[in-house]
Formats: sequence, structure tokens, C-alpha cells
Amino acid sequence: MIYKAKASHIGGAFSVIDILTSLYLGNILKVSPDSPDAPDRDRLIFSKGHCTSALYAVLAMKGFFSKDLLERFGEDESLLLCHTSHHLPGVEFSTGSLGHGLSFATGCALAAKRLSRTWKTYAILSDGELNEGSTWEAIQSAAHLRLNNLVAVIDANRSQGLGNTDSVLKLTPLAGKFAAFNWDVIEIEGHDHEQILHATSIDRSEHDSPLCIIAHTTKGKGVNFMEGKLEWHYRSPNEKERDQALEQLSR
Amino acid sequence: MRQAFIEELTLLAETNLNLFLIVGDLGYSVVEPFAERFPDRFLNAGVAEQNMTGLAAGLASCGFHVFTYSIANFPTLRCLEQIRNDVCYHNLPVTVVSVGGGMAYGNLGYSHHATEDLAVTLPLPNIRVIAPGDPFETRLATRELCKKPGPSYLRLGKAREPTIHAAIDGIKDLRTLQILQEGSDVMLVSTGGILEQVKAAAERLTQSGICAGYSSSPYLKPFDEAGLLSIALKTKIIISVEEHGVGGLSSLISETLHRNNMNTLFRCLKTQTENYKFVGSQKHLRAKHGLDEEHISSFAMTCLADLADAT
Repeated sequence: MIYKAKASHIGGAFSVIDILTSLYLGNILKVSPDSPDAPDRDRLIFSKGHCTSALYAVLAMKGFFSKDLLERFGEDESLLLCHTSHHLPGVEFSTGSLGHGLSFATGCALAAKRLSRTWKTYAILSDGELNEGSTWEAIQSAAHLRLNNLVAVIDANRSQGLGNTDSVLKLTPLAGKFAAFNWDVIEIEGHDHEQILHATSIDRSEHDSPLCIIAHTTKGKGVNFMEGKLEWHYRSPNEKERDQALEQLSR
Repeated sequence: MRQAFIEELTLLAETNLNLFLIVGDLGYSVVEPFAERFPDRFLNAGVAEQNMTGLAAGLASCGFHVFTYSIANFPTLRCLEQIRNDVCYHNLPVTVVSVGGGMAYGNLGYSHHATEDLAVTLPLPNIRVIAPGDPFETRLATRELCKKPGPSYLRLGKAREPTIHAAIDGIKDLRTLQILQEGSDVMLVSTGGILEQVKAAAERLTQSGICAGYSSSPYLKPFDEAGLLSIALKTKIIISVEEHGVGGLSSLISETLHRNNMNTLFRCLKTQTENYKFVGSQKHLRAKHGLDEEHISSFAMTCLADLADAT
């Protein structure tokens, strides 16, 4: 997809792919391609919309739309623009501008509470977008509203636009920040499917705060020449790099 | 106007179980009737307008028609991107309500004035933009918004604005330009709470023997182009009057006239950026910007004299 569209953000797509795969294909999310708008479905808000290639791939795998459609990523008149678009079945919310997803997710979670419904809401955020003040407004709000039906998963690949997250705008101690804002916090290895499945399926009914899962990940995970390299926030692989990457990923 | 709004909303919420009100920690002595009657459909989001608006979009995606409420430019400019991306692009039923349109918060200063809000909301997709001219228009606008929920911006004045329409039943269709008095020499077209000054100015002009009309344009989007063109055929000069800078009513009128090849003389009265530094009550500031009855009427006289000289 990214090679063909000459698109960016493959590094962040590889850091979040295991989280998405576990949630959708590990059947954590109660969603169905047969009725993508079912009123009581779980909601997943993908706030790091620039890495949407990963979401699109997983939604296609789940059956929300044809895998053939992925070939049209970023093409003229395609439904698959290079940021997350709600015009696709299975996508709750369009993103791309950072710092929007958690507020929207908070609204979905609050709606379930006020309507006495049981759906759960998940928001996937990048660590870079924790720079945004709006995200912290939402972090305060969700805890204040005691939304135990809300889970925020932070794709903590420690890398953002122009460098390491701590060198751009110091983020650590991240767990301590969320805890101070009255969230429950779990830290996991974000490429370990068992850990992701366990953390995202914890019964929260006896808690009275939202849950933050800090998923420690690696940008460009799975491709040795991409791992931890900032340039893959921007670069699109050439043909040779694509083949090398595919070869490594298929091992 | 804010009282008329909250009364209508509270009444409508009795039967419309989807109505939800979120305030940005503002609305003391205004929103209590709703909050007390419908605690399950009320939220104070705190002083956090971006989250208030994003959260409203989330609620709206789950079936609520959400009203966000704050003052002046706080619920619009402070969280404009949330209105643009989360609400309008997704075409969700969220109505942004601003109290204190224009300079209603007078000596609280420029930070509390809404003088660019129309310019930034009008270009957004799927949105309706409504700035009622009196409490009757406010009531009807609230009812219409609840009847057809969607992305919308309701720009209100503040408190104790006079009713200009004789009766609420006299308003046939709020979506049209409300012609309150016909005028073959000059037609004053206003939007929002400045309507009272426009009415007084028209009365002054009438006393001076000029056939002056005045009208209110509560709907700015969709804008009643047909109504404007019909006015343009019946009057010598159209003057727009608004408590807002460039990009509001004046821009809509000039664009409409130009696009339809109408050469009716058009002039506009609006706020000027060089005057934003001055301190004063709304009355004082309106005069400073040339938006009080005295300035409006003398401006109309000058325009008429210029027109007579030119022909």
C-alpha cells in the first residue's frame, strides 16, 4: 500500500499493527463486518490517523471491505485517503489532526453510561500526540467522569516528527502522568499479542476510572533497516526496500 | 436572548429525549433550569472547549443532539478545528451556542468579543449558521435546530434585548430575510442583536422623510439569496449592519449581488480592527464602530446624498 502510494508513516504503522491485529482479529472488539453500525458495537477510535494503512489492512482482514480495495490506498477518487476516514465501513471517526481522538472516544463512552448500554470504547493514541493540550483536556475529563468503559492504548514508540519524544517535549514519566490524572495504568510490550489481549480484555466493571495501556513499541517493527529510524516517519520504501521488508516480515 | 434560548431548550427537552446540553463552565443563573430538570443530559465540561466539542461529537455519534454552550469566541474560535473536523466533516448533530455575539460583553474587552466567529464558521461543510435578531427569532431558531438536528452554530446576543417582531406567530419562515419595514430609498439589513439599533435608525430616517426599511437576516447559512435579490430590485441602497468584522453578512451580500450581476448600490457597516483596543460598554463600542442608530442613520443619509450627486 505504502510503496504503491509513495506514502509516509510506515514506521508508525508497524509499531501499532500488533495492537490493531490483537483488538480486531483477536476478537477483543465486539464489532461485525455484517453490521458495522450496530448500535451496541464496541467503538475503536484511531487517533493516530497518519498510520491508517495499518488500520485499513486490519479492517480488510476482518472483512469490513475487500482486500482489493487496499491496492487503491491514496489513489485519486479512492475511499482510502492517507489518513483515517469514516467514509469506510468499520471506521468510527476520521482523524489526521492529532489530539482529537480521545475527546471523541470520551463522548462515546459517556453516551454508553448515560444510555445504560454496555459497549466499550477504545482509543489508540500515539505518544507524540500527547503533546497536544486537547489530549490532556480529555484525559482529565474521562477520569472525572469515571469512565471505566474507556480504554486508551498509547502506541509508545518514543518517536515523533523531529525526534525522540523526550527530546522534543519531555514525556516521561508517562505512567506517572496518567496515574496523577486518576487513570489506572498498565504497561505492556506492545508487540506481544498475549500481553495485548490480556490487557485489553480485563474486566473493568469493578473499577471507577478509565484504563490507560502504555504499549511499548518499536517504530518500524519487524524490518531491521526501519526499526527505530526516524526517516521512516516520512520515507516510502523503494522497490528493493519493499521486497527486503516483505521478505523479513514473512519470516 | 440567552433566556429565550434556555427556556425553549428546556421545554423541548421534555419531549425530545436526545437533547443534551454541555457547558464550558459558564452559564451561571442561566442553565440551571435545564441542569436540574435533566441531570442525565447535562454536563459541565469545565474550562476545556476543545474537549467539550470533541466529546459532544462523540455523544452525537451515539444518538444525542448535543448543544455546547459558552460565551463569545470561546465555543467557536478556541475549538474551531474540533467543530470543523469532528462535527462538520462527520455531519454530526452538534449545535454550538455562543452567548455574547459581537461586543455584548462590552467592557470585558476584546478577549470576550465575538467579532470573527461568523467568518470562520460560514465556510464549514454541512453547517447552518444562525444569528437571531430578537428573542422571538431565538425561540424559533432553537425549535428549528431541534427539529432538524445537524452541525449548526447559534450566535446569540446576551440578555434583555427587546423584541422587534410584533409577535412570534408573525414570523412565517425564519429561513428567509425578515423584512420588518419596506424601504424604497434604503434598506438596512442586519444580523444578530444589532437589529434594535437598525430599527431605531430606520425610524430616524423615516422621520427625515426618507423611505427607509429594515430587516433581519437570522439565517446566514443557508443565506436567503432570493430574498436579498428581491430587496435589491425594490430599493436604491442596501446597507448591511452587523457586530462583526469582515467575512460575515457584508461578504455574503456583496458576493450574492455580484454573482447575480445586480448593480444596486451596496454599503456595509461592520466592526473595524483598529477600534478593538478601545474600552467601553456595548453601547459605547457600537458608537465607536459606527454601529449605533445615530451613525447608521447619518451614514445612510450620506450614501443617499452621494447617490443623488452621482445621478
